[in-house]
Amino acid sequence: MHVAIIGNGIAGITCARWLRKLDDAVRITVISAESDYFFSRTALMYVYMGHQRWEDLMPYEPFFWPKNRIDLRRGYVEGVDFAAKTLQFREGEALPYDKLVLATGSTWNKFGWPGQDLDRVGGLVSAQDLEYLEQITPEIQHAVVVGGGLIGIELAEMLHSRHIPVSLLVRDTSYWRNTLPREESEMVSRHIRSHGIDLRHETELQEIVDDGAGAAGEILTQDGERIRCQYVGLTAGVRPNVDFLRDTGLDIDKGILVDEYLRTSVTDIYAIGDCAQLREPRAGRQAIEAVWYTGRMMGETLAYTLLDRPVAYDPGIWFNSAKFMDIEYQVYGEVPAHGRAGLATLYWEHEDGEKAVRINFEEDGGAVRGFNLMGIRYRQEVCERWIREEANIEDVLQNLGLANFDPEFYAEYEQDIIERFNEQTGSNLKLRRKRGLDAVLRFLNFNTRTPRAISTPDAR
Amino acid sequence: MPAKHTHKTALQYIGLGLFALSLLVFTGMLALENYRLTEQDLLATMAPNPEAEGAGTPEASSTVSAGSSGGASDAAPESAPTDPRARLIYEVQAPAFREAATELRLTDQTFGSSFSFQDKVTEVFQAARERVDESVDELIANEELPEGVSEWDVRLSDPAYYTEKFAALTAAAEIGPVVDNPWLFFLLTIGLGVLGGILYILPKFGPHPGIKHDHIYHSQVTKGLNLGWRGFFLAATILGILLFGIRYMAGDWFWPAVTTAIGLLILGLVLWVEGSWHKTRVRAADPAGLSAYIGILAGTYLIGFYVLLYWTPAHVTPWITMVEPLKTALFGGTASQWFLYGLLYTLVILVMGVRMITKYRHNKYQLLRTGSVMFFQLAFAFLIPEILGALNKPQQDLKNIWPLDYDFFFGWQLDQFQSAGAVGIFMLVWGIVLIIVGVPLMVHLVGKRWYCSWVCGCGGLAETMGDPWRQLSDKSLRAWKFERWIVHGVLLAAILMTALTLYTYFTGAGSLLGFETWKVQKWYGFLIGAGFAGVVGTGFYPLMGNRVWCRFGCPLAAYLGLVQRFQSRFRITTNGGQCISCGNCSTYCEMGIDVRAYAQKGQDIVRASCVGCGVCAAVCPRGVLRLENSSVDAGYRTVPERVIHVSEEGVSLVD
Repeated sequence: MHVAIIGNGIAGITCARWLRKLDDAVRITVISAESDYFFSRTALMYVYMGHQRWEDLMPYEPFFWPKNRIDLRRGYVEGVDFAAKTLQFREGEALPYDKLVLATGSTWNKFGWPGQDLDRVGGLVSAQDLEYLEQITPEIQHAVVVGGGLIGIELAEMLHSRHIPVSLLVRDTSYWRNTLPREESEMVSRHIRSHGIDLRHETELQEIVDDGAGAAGEILTQDGERIRCQYVGLTAGVRPNVDFLRDTGLDIDKGILVDEYLRTSVTDIYAIGDCAQLREPRAGRQAIEAVWYTGRMMGETLAYTLLDRPVAYDPGIWFNSAKFMDIEYQVYGEVPAHGRAGLATLYWEHEDGEKAVRINFEEDGGAVRGFNLMGIRYRQEVCERWIREEANIEDVLQNLGLANFDPEFYAEYEQDIIERFNEQTGSNLKLRRKRGLDAVLRFLNFNTRTPRAISTPDAR
Repeated sequence: MPAKHTHKTALQYIGLGLFALSLLVFTGMLALENYRLTEQDLLATMAPNPEAEGAGTPEASSTVSAGSSGGASDAAPESAPTDPRARLIYEVQAPAFREAATELRLTDQTFGSSFSFQDKVTEVFQAARERVDESVDELIANEELPEGVSEWDVRLSDPAYYTEKFAALTAAAEIGPVVDNPWLFFLLTIGLGVLGGILYILPKFGPHPGIKHDHIYHSQVTKGLNLGWRGFFLAATILGILLFGIRYMAGDWFWPAVTTAIGLLILGLVLWVEGSWHKTRVRAADPAGLSAYIGILAGTYLIGFYVLLYWTPAHVTPWITMVEPLKTALFGGTASQWFLYGLLYTLVILVMGVRMITKYRHNKYQLLRTGSVMFFQLAFAFLIPEILGALNKPQQDLKNIWPLDYDFFFGWQLDQFQSAGAVGIFMLVWGIVLIIVGVPLMVHLVGKRWYCSWVCGCGGLAETMGDPWRQLSDKSLRAWKFERWIVHGVLLAAILMTALTLYTYFTGAGSLLGFETWKVQKWYGFLIGAGFAGVVGTGFYPLMGNRVWCRFGCPLAAYLGLVQRFQSRFRITTNGGQCISCGNCSTYCEMGIDVRAYAQKGQDIVRASCVGCGVCAAVCPRGVLRLENSSVDAGYRTVPERVIHVSEEGVSLVD
């Protein structure tokens, strides 16, 4: 069997790796128009800032691919012949397949702004986007970044590292307010400004003005304000990169529609990662979740299905993480930006204004639902277990040390968090467990389990 | 203006300027001095009159103790009554030197450089040697050699064994501005250098605390070398050391040849037996564009510094002259090159330690760790040995442990401990307890980091001065293969060498199976103690990263590593499935561990080489890594792909 995978991002590569892990015979081809080797897209910013070299973004050494008999092919797939099961490359060649995996990822949004196709306007998704930014950087005296999401703040930080003044335009009242609760969102806004970035809330792009030579020279906001700039970063979200498949008969909405087994509307064609849109997402989850972790889980899940051991995709308990300049962020479970009826929240913020812990729980019964962490690290496995088992907020608080994942010698704030809860509720809880791995491993039952053999995967 | 470097304040530019100036004076002062030797000084050094007051040069030990950068052994002079042997040596050698010096005009002319002076000294030595040989031949022919005196006591051997004495001659002969104004030069070099460093570093407290890695790979200082240049420097340095080693061993090429054979064997094992040859595309380690030329200059300078300091101290006497008044004022006695080195080493760790503190002031683990290496260097490696020396006790660095402290069991060292009363016995017992109890116990409890990145002098320098270059360690699988063969090979060599040493100490036999103990010791000291630990270990900071010695060479690290790998509570924990494979952890791992390879599979990390510096955890942008100790279950969590999402119930994270 020959499995062709279009896209060498985390979803496609994870799928290829698991195919090889589970089956020695399957022929695997991974096709990419973007890069020779798989790289960590989330780390592109570090190359621009000089933290790492381009090579350092590649998680596997070049010999890894021939060793695991994963054929890498550089090329752009222009069309797919579903009936003949053949890929057509722009270069004119064709490649037959037995099963096809679409893992084509995302591209940055353009919302029809005048001037959005000018030179020195771009997003930051692909290696080519980064190359282009590097190429035009010497011309940039001032930059405008449009969009208050994860890529927006990264792009602002990147330009800032090159000493380019940046105006960051955010539609909401504070940074990423459609995802972060108000306190955390405002914390990040304060932090962005403390770095000297010109953060503008409730400001939207109206138009990008030509400088007379076909490149961005100025922008106009919806309030009529003009900002001179030589670069406009468009980071108002991403959308599935599926245009080459439109009008081919494949069911596509925003992304390629897939069922819970990640099957598309055409037999033997599957879609995973950012380009896939679930027909029936699980409760509380999005149909398209363009994050690293879900791409990885889909890739792994699909490998089983491709080898005729069908496994339904289950993204588990939501988690994500990011870093807002110097503030790390982790989220586990349910943390709605604007709350939910019946969901109580315990919020503690450190006096330095750069650390916070939020724990959400049911008003009725006290079952813990979610954790939101700023500048403090918590253990995913512990938080997940509490959420899955609907642990009571009081139990969780008294054992909160189990979750702490900050480096050794860091101050521990669990007692402060409990005191905050006691103030709010009039309870008199005390911290029973401090930070430490022994108790965590016992809590997670690691000592009683035996290693799982990789050669005999669980799913049959 | 867009720029690919960090902005510097005016104060920082002044600091850089002062530092550059101090480096210029430090280098240039070696050429300022003239050399003029009196006959009296010549004889006092080369052939002292055993009856003269205060005569008898101490048995200067020429060994360099890796890791112990503090004051080295200036052994106490032995007051021996004039015996016929010493009398005879003096009577034969003194006229030989006197006549040779007069004939070759060593003593009545001024030399413009240490090189021309050394050439003349060597020439005089050879001439004196011939004269001594003639006299001894005559004595033998006339059967006038006294009972109990061997001809070899009297004859002079190869000049390679007289490096220290030649250096002493140069020091005695030195005249010029440095001798006249040592404090001035001290202030212009070390003083100005420290001031410049502090001025450069203090403004770094200004910006917001957090990871400070901008432009590391844009900088000509820190971005590293492409593989071609790196290979060239590595090959040239290794070949240079081996060739120089033949001279150092007075023309005996046996051990240099054995070393070469072992080197080729390891090369063959890694490239062919373990198959790295076929994997021609290893993980690239080249910077974008040209190699870092300032880094190359810095590496070359450091290599040159170590070669001069270790092997040709005669050419650095102005440096020693310059620190002499400080040594006398603080601790009494005269300065050696080891005092100079210890002083520089300590100051560098202190100043660059402050830099490390500015960089990681948001991270308490890094603050404590840096404070710890600064303290141990200042107190244990520098002050305590100097004070012990002033009190006429063995200058032992109490935190240095065999086999890093490879001459701990050398005969002269054991004798010294035993002759130094209770203090000496304590040092001996303390050293042995550290080896057999301290190391295994501490590594079991917290990992090898307690030593390598909290206490050790080599580690201290690597973590402070070396920090700007930590990203240059090679992360390829091939490098790991080389590492395992070489570092365990050095451990084996240290054990064999020490076994031979103890055999000689307890039996009195000078050799075993034809291997002469003193030669094995001398070669180990040269090759590993000085060449690997110093010249390559520090000289290669800007070329191959700051832990070349610790990773590839240190036998103590190998020992600590074996305990850490098989019998330790320490591990680096991976936080569930949160890794985004960004590579910061691997890039900034100074030991070249591909941390990401584990983290992205959800594995906890147990690696022999990990020194527990904690930087992987610090630079991780997603909070995925944590250094932890636990006696519970390291096995299960180090299984590959622990974060398996797929199970019979569907897909979920591991529970």
